[in-house]
Amino acid sequence: MTLFHHRLQEIQDMLHKKELSVQDVVEHSMKRIKETDGKLEAFVALNEEKALETAKRLDEQNESAEKGALFGLPIGLKDNILTKDMPTTCSSKMLENFQPLYNATVVEKLDEADAVVVGKLNMDEFAMGSTTEHSAFQKTKNPWNLNCVPGGSSGGSAAAVAAGQVYFSLGTDTGGSIRQPAAFCGVVGLKPTYGLVSRFGVAAFASSLDTVGTITKSVEDNAYLLQAIVGEDKLDATSVQMDIPNYINSLSGDVKGLKIGVPKEFLSEGVDEAVKASVKEALKTFEKMGAVCEEVSLPHSSYAAASYSIISAAEASASMARFDGIRYGYRTENADNLQDVYVNSRSEAFGDEVKRRIIFGTFALSSGNYEAYFKKAQQARTLIKQDFDSAFENYDVLIGPTAPSTAYRFGEASEDPAKLYIGDLLTTPVNLAGNPAISIPCGFSNGLPIGLQIIGKPFDEQTIFRAAHAFEQATAFHKEKPEL
Amino acid sequence: MEFETIIGLEVHVELKTNSKVFCGCSTEFGAPPNTNVCPICLGHPGTLPTLNKSAIEFAMKAAMALNCEIADTMTFDRKNYFYPDNPKAYQITQDDNPIGRNGWIEIEVDGEKKKIGINRIHLEEDAGKLIHAPDGSHSLVDLNRAGTPLIEIVSEPDLRSPDEAYAYLEKLKAIIQYTGVSDVKMEEGSLRCDANVSLRPVGQTAFGTKTELKNLNSFAHVRSGIAYEELRQAEILREGGTIAQETRRWDEAKKRTILMRVKEEADDYRYFPEPDIVEIEIDEAWKNRVREQIPELPDARRNRYINEIGLPEYDAMVLTQSKALSDYYEEVIRHGADAKLASNWMMGDVSAYLNAEQKEITDVAMTPEALAKMIQLIEKGTISSKIAKKIFSELIEKGGDPEAIVKEKGLMQISDEGELRKLVIEIIENNQQSVEDYKNGKDRALGFLVGQAMKATKGKANPQMINKLLREEIANR
Repeated sequence: MTLFHHRLQEIQDMLHKKELSVQDVVEHSMKRIKETDGKLEAFVALNEEKALETAKRLDEQNESAEKGALFGLPIGLKDNILTKDMPTTCSSKMLENFQPLYNATVVEKLDEADAVVVGKLNMDEFAMGSTTEHSAFQKTKNPWNLNCVPGGSSGGSAAAVAAGQVYFSLGTDTGGSIRQPAAFCGVVGLKPTYGLVSRFGVAAFASSLDTVGTITKSVEDNAYLLQAIVGEDKLDATSVQMDIPNYINSLSGDVKGLKIGVPKEFLSEGVDEAVKASVKEALKTFEKMGAVCEEVSLPHSSYAAASYSIISAAEASASMARFDGIRYGYRTENADNLQDVYVNSRSEAFGDEVKRRIIFGTFALSSGNYEAYFKKAQQARTLIKQDFDSAFENYDVLIGPTAPSTAYRFGEASEDPAKLYIGDLLTTPVNLAGNPAISIPCGFSNGLPIGLQIIGKPFDEQTIFRAAHAFEQATAFHKEKPEL
Repeated sequence: MEFETIIGLEVHVELKTNSKVFCGCSTEFGAPPNTNVCPICLGHPGTLPTLNKSAIEFAMKAAMALNCEIADTMTFDRKNYFYPDNPKAYQITQDDNPIGRNGWIEIEVDGEKKKIGINRIHLEEDAGKLIHAPDGSHSLVDLNRAGTPLIEIVSEPDLRSPDEAYAYLEKLKAIIQYTGVSDVKMEEGSLRCDANVSLRPVGQTAFGTKTELKNLNSFAHVRSGIAYEELRQAEILREGGTIAQETRRWDEAKKRTILMRVKEEADDYRYFPEPDIVEIEIDEAWKNRVREQIPELPDARRNRYINEIGLPEYDAMVLTQSKALSDYYEEVIRHGADAKLASNWMMGDVSAYLNAEQKEITDVAMTPEALAKMIQLIEKGTISSKIAKKIFSELIEKGGDPEAIVKEKGLMQISDEGELRKLVIEIIENNQQSVEDYKNGKDRALGFLVGQAMKATKGKANPQMINKLLREEIANR
């Protein structure tokens, strides 16, 4: 058992008793990264010097009673989260050398909580993709099988936690980009309710869908990490003012009488038998603990993938427009006039997937297409949200698979867009509705992890944590570690 | 064939909030390039807009003053286009839910009053500025202005002549100025105007093809540009040609419009709802609070001047065109000056001075109280109008108390009959030829004699008395 297999509270106790220093913890992380990242390629940037400096400062502060809730714990950030002391690339050639002028709100909050940011993690370019193969820089591997993808777009964030390179990490989830890689890498990934965590300082993909969330080895760690980053932010008008619950207190282990809805659409064709079997087994586990499971229907979920594709691409076509080669980022050397600067900078620096979505999104918003595509997609979104709202009148959580299969082999999915489309079916409805959802390990197939998705009511992360924690207590899947 | 001119104006007005509409940067005019900027208005990744509440209220105030219906919610849209002065490559604006709709203002041209409809007013962010190198080698971007709150006021195509367009702009400017939400200075770019101009045969209801006029840097240019366009389009139509839908630029040096680009089809800005700003409700209570802050507007004030103060319509109109001038005028009469005399001074010497010096009334040293006192000195006969002009020049440049200036310089009018009669007799004796001329019916000769008296007293003699005494003494001879 390595250091990062300890519970958060145990590590903090050791730090408090000085059996361990923050420098030891950070050095442990650095050592692990150096040992494994040659194979894994999860990190796009390390901040060793600054991280050790912070560790030293925290060790000096260790005497004082006031310690942040994440005191001394090494964290990795998806590289679309802006950091003022490290470049932020979004894994794109467009921002290859981009140094932000400010920290994202979540980075400021991590700093206040005394976490130590050790580096930036690989992702699909601008978070567009679900395998992390669309990174402009490197292909991150799945720690369970180096021939497989870690999922995406937060592939680096999930792989780094699974491989024990960091204690935990942050990712972003626009259509499943935290939950699916968490499922593929056998870790716990939470997509919070839209509006719970500030998006300020996180490079936008699709503003109405983007969320910042937490990737950890256990549900308990996840609750601690979420607690540290939530809250209204005056810099994000979509962040919600509310009384923040105590997430740790929700980990009671008790799910007696919990009403679980099982959307039949989530266990339909296209979902692998092994995945279905694991999910059904998980439902039995919940029933054994006293929960009640019933089939439920989300009749409009068949429109989710299409609606998501259109809305996210439309918004992305605007989000990506600021990368024009004028003020920062990549600028072509091939330009005789303004038009050339725009066209050549963008053509040379964006990858295919980003271009595909910009073109699709531009098409969907164009006059003559707007009504048929964007407007229709918005209408479908309203219906999907209504499906969730009515399901949650009768159930506390909805449970299904996070992904229809285990991790793909490299090239397998990128050569088959239809496969990715089925993948979107399970996760995108939740983004369209804005609800929170978690993915937790619930089994293995051919040595690859399977993820269980627990969806909650808006701003009811507590019930999700309670259910996920109870399941984790009753099972041993989260204790399995990949050998690297 | 006779044509009717159809004009619609799109006016952009910068709101003078202290900070920008979506970030905390200052909106101060004239700062060194790219100093009033932050990651948000520079369009850096990860930044989000947060709406400045006072920009909403300023826009609401303007919309109310222009008789608009006010929307019940504030929503924004993204208008997508690439240009180096547009850092996000989309402008946050209002597309299908503008803050104001269906407004109007009343204009007057050649004594005829007319209501001009306002289709909509919406709130949006301004772009930055480009400074092009004269040799065309490069352009520099200054983003100080990017994110300054702007309202766009779109008129109905109700205007029918260049003079109506001019009157509309004057009125619009006055109303906005009264509300205090903008400086409305065209020279600083806080008011900008584009004009859509088309012709149609008299009697036809369908609109003709319009051209859009840009680079109109003053109200006079707007008038000249439209007038030129009227002639140009009429000539083409009379020769059987067709008008191309195009954007044209007014060239003040050449006094004509010049083609900028042909618009084959409408631009596609791919508007869609701005997801980063949540919908804001504007309830009746908020609307009422804002409405209460709107001061008396030019029309109401003009009517008060006519009906309560008794000014001629012309005076009332001229005085109320500028709020600052009108406020000043009110102070002058509050300090006891005769309303009509004060109006004459304001429209005459005061305005002439401001125009000549390119100054605002708020920049002059003369207080309204001083001007009122000076006017009262004339009324009492303490000083002559001629002397008053001298005192005025000093007052407006340096300020001070008119009574003290009069005393100090001995400028009191001479109204002592004995003293003046002695002077008159002396002048008559020294100017026998003029006296003869006057007797022979040359009235102008009397003016010459009065002038001699004024000259001898350095303008201090009471001209009415000199006149009277001259007639008496000549008649006695």
